[in-house]
Amino acid sequence: MSIELKNVTYTYSPGTAYEIHALKDINLTIPDGQFIGIIGHTGSGKSTLIQHFNALIRPTSGKVLYNGEDVWEEHYNRKNLRSHVGLVFQYPEHQLFESDVLSDVCFGPMNQGLSREEAEEEARKALFQVGFREKNFKKSPFELSGGQKKRVAIAGVLAMNPEILILDEPTAGLDPKGRDDILDQIAELHSVRGITIVLVSHSMEDVAKYVERLIVVNKGELPFDGRPREVFSHYKELEKMGLAAPQITYIMHDLREKGLQVDPGATTVPEAREDILRALREAGSPLLKGGRTK
Amino acid sequence: MGIIKTAKLGFDYFKYDEDGNVQEMQRAVDDVNIDIREGEFVAVLGHNGSGKSTLAKHMNALLLPTEGTVWIDGMDTLKEPELWEIRRRAGMVFQNPDNQIIGSIVEEDVGFGPENMGIPTEDIWKRVEESLQKTGMSAYRAHSPNKLSGGQKQRVAIAGVMAMRPKCIVLDEPTAMLDPNGRREVLEAVRQLNKQEKVTVVLITHYMEEVIHADHVYVMDEGHVVLEGTPREIFSQVETLKKYRLDVPQVTLLAYELKKSGVDLPDGILTTEELVNILCQ
Repeated sequence: MSIELKNVTYTYSPGTAYEIHALKDINLTIPDGQFIGIIGHTGSGKSTLIQHFNALIRPTSGKVLYNGEDVWEEHYNRKNLRSHVGLVFQYPEHQLFESDVLSDVCFGPMNQGLSREEAEEEARKALFQVGFREKNFKKSPFELSGGQKKRVAIAGVLAMNPEILILDEPTAGLDPKGRDDILDQIAELHSVRGITIVLVSHSMEDVAKYVERLIVVNKGELPFDGRPREVFSHYKELEKMGLAAPQITYIMHDLREKGLQVDPGATTVPEAREDILRALREAGSPLLKGGRTK
Repeated sequence: MGIIKTAKLGFDYFKYDEDGNVQEMQRAVDDVNIDIREGEFVAVLGHNGSGKSTLAKHMNALLLPTEGTVWIDGMDTLKEPELWEIRRRAGMVFQNPDNQIIGSIVEEDVGFGPENMGIPTEDIWKRVEESLQKTGMSAYRAHSPNKLSGGQKQRVAIAGVMAMRPKCIVLDEPTAMLDPNGRREVLEAVRQLNKQEKVTVVLITHYMEEVIHADHVYVMDEGHVVLEGTPREIFSQVETLKKYRLDVPQVTLLAYELKKSGVDLPDGILTTEELVNILCQ
């Protein structure tokens, strides 16, 4: 179940004064079961990139393969592809339209040809998976809070049983707890259901915490692609691209510069805590005296 | 009295049925008493639905109190004749930059406010120039706003408010839709205005890092102000903030975790520099 992009180039308004090369000769494979993060500043090409994954955009040149098959071949069933590769847009709450939550989530599976009853079963499963309570199933989607709306929108895509789930900034505008809840649930979909996740995010802290592979998009190219700690070690280059590293990365680099022998590659709070404790112990720091150490 | 003051402020949202009868009532803000001094940088934190946007909309009379009183620069928002003057003195910037830009060229957009106020043309241009300079957007004066990045659009929106020469700017999650660079740009612009132009700033945000330089922080929950103090006082209370669905900056969390593991650190560390200096002393 892999997506493969081969020499993909995409140009907006080709041949006009407004010509923009949004993607330039991209080669990328998304294998089964990965949890991938995509970062890039506004206008870097990341939305154009993810819309190639489920054939919403046709490349100007190059190929998009799903399980080895060219999705732009004449007889390829792209509608079918889109139910395997689910895309949740930024501000998914703007896409809700039904009179109640359950019907809204049923829309996708019914479009796939399921009966209302079968669709409801899928919808219920999906809503439970995103942590949505049954007592709210009959509410109007417009009565819900921002976080709940986002859950419903994600459930709407999940109900189609996608193998790959692409989320474009699913937590924009949510409070910290709402942010963590949604991301925890997405991580669970990955670990329990084995769904491949592609998460587009503006939060370096979030991608550092959740993803195993991080892809950087800049000016239509992919300058970095690797584990978060590898990618964030290029934080100076990332800054030039309008990005940054998690605050932790900066702390670790500063500590090292000032003489505490910590691992500059740590990108999350638990990693940093363990490593700083180790370094303090090794340095015989007076800050630890009388303290309880793990 | 400060530039923004509320006394026992309460606000109800009503939900009506098809015949216009009240179906449901919800108290969004309840018994809020705040007093913001002129020139302060104040932050308001709170989870989605805690009432912070409702409170913000009272600060330039977009909403009027159901109960209690709001004074902006000494003017009671319930006294109608003062409404326009109140909105001029307290400008507002919203979350989505695309919803608040109307001009087809940056300078026209920024000039819209003063033009509406009936300022003579020459003065309008002067104000446009000044405001764009203050937000670092002068180079984009003749650009089309829709080709700008999110951070640039927000700076244009802020310039538009500045052109009305307000005493106070209220920003309701101005960075929620921006990338890291855009967030930094907007925050720097706002801090500059506060420091150099002495404009009072009320910043509503979900990003805890944006709050560390504030003079004063209010935390809201279920329509009430539940905590207030300096950033250090607020962020020392990691567990309490979690209860209110909030967070602390990553460096504060790391310091807190280290302290729990036995490292001798003070509470409420706010900056990387602080933590690094203590650990490497």
